[in-house]
Amino acid sequence: MDRKPHPDTRVILREAARRLDMPTRRLFLRHAVGLGALTLLTGCDVTDGFSAEPMLSRISDFNDRVQAWLFSPRRLAREYPESAITRPFPFNSFYQPNTPDKAPVINPATYRLNITGRADRRDDWTLDQLYALPRVTQITRHICIEGWSAIGKWSGVRFAEFLRRIGADTQAKYVTFRCDDNYVTSIDMPTALHPQTQLSFWFDDRLLPRAYGFPMKLRIPTKLGFKNPKHIGEIEIGNDYVGGTWETAGYNWFSGL
Amino acid sequence: MTETRPDAAVAAALSRRPPIHPAIARLTHWINAAAMAVMISSGWAIHNAYPTLPWQFPIWTTLGGSLIGGLRWHFAAMWLVMINGLVYLAHGLWSGRLRRKLFPITPRAVVSDLRAALAGRLSHGDIAVYNSIQRLLYLGVILAGVVAVASGLSIWKPVQLRWLVMLLGDFDNARLVHFAAMSAIVAFVVVHTAMALLVPKTLRAMIRRR
Repeated sequence: MDRKPHPDTRVILREAARRLDMPTRRLFLRHAVGLGALTLLTGCDVTDGFSAEPMLSRISDFNDRVQAWLFSPRRLAREYPESAITRPFPFNSFYQPNTPDKAPVINPATYRLNITGRADRRDDWTLDQLYALPRVTQITRHICIEGWSAIGKWSGVRFAEFLRRIGADTQAKYVTFRCDDNYVTSIDMPTALHPQTQLSFWFDDRLLPRAYGFPMKLRIPTKLGFKNPKHIGEIEIGNDYVGGTWETAGYNWFSGL
Repeated sequence: MTETRPDAAVAAALSRRPPIHPAIARLTHWINAAAMAVMISSGWAIHNAYPTLPWQFPIWTTLGGSLIGGLRWHFAAMWLVMINGLVYLAHGLWSGRLRRKLFPITPRAVVSDLRAALAGRLSHGDIAVYNSIQRLLYLGVILAGVVAVASGLSIWKPVQLRWLVMLLGDFDNARLVHFAAMSAIVAFVVVHTAMALLVPKTLRAMIRRR
């Protein structure tokens, strides 16, 4: 939530700068306060009293850039043996009450996956068409932002392969997912193209159950759990930052592992 | 009032004495104290979202008000903790100050000083020289801090820092290591603060030159 600076703010800052012109204070500031730290002050509204939120948002944005730099398409999430699979696999939703009863009911016969944005082939996909795509399987650790983790088995098509087939613009910045449980999230293109990012249709060797995202979820073992959207209805490729449901609430957008 | 020459000479000699703690040590100490307060209280808010230790931290002891708020503070203050910690360690190691202040530590000296402390006989005559219990605890909290940062980074980035999280026994275990390091630091803070208040000249020495 951006606020316009209070009219008095500029007057106050100019007066403060004038007083700071004393040589000793200037010297102290030059040594003690780097340019980076000063940019944090632009997040402070001096008349409303100190609010940490703008500063915390700026640092979260900075953390997005650090994580994007840290991310490597060559580093793989650890894959586990069958024996490590967590059963029963935990359920978690973004909505209240947090129960599978509230998960959407999707009719597999009438369901269509919509493609929008920067892709050459934006026709709808039926589930049969999707199930016919080359299938890969992974057994990886799902890590929730709450702190728990669980190892699960997901099968589906490699998302990079799917993007290739729809002629997606892989130079675009974002892939956004709009879901049939009214959830929205978006990811960076490098993560979308990561070899372990998977559009999943099967879970633990059976069709993805309603509770875990039927008909499909995007499994991203290189990101926190809330970045793995369930019940995907539409995939958009583009350059506009959409953010997402949880990002709006204040969670970090990149959320890489 | 005019000073006589001998008083001026004494004053000049006194002001040339080295500080108990150099300015960089004092500065990094207080920055660390503030940053650690944020890390621990925001960390407690995070812990409350999925309690692993068998309790919830009371809300008034947490920072951020929720998991979301706790995470935002935690991932902000971590930069301050890491940069400030590196400055402190770099200075302490390069100047030799850490070696001079903290070593040697022998089991015999620790036992002896512990006995004296419990009998109320442990001297604080020269606070520039640490007793063996201080040396042990200061070394311990530095190590706990390093483990806290390392385990924190490993659970923040278990894929990009896969070697580190596996060294700590994979994600769930690394998280426990993180809480253990935090607990050690909190225990240290309780003892450290109590001791500083019991011997106030040590608190002054961490603010002023002497």
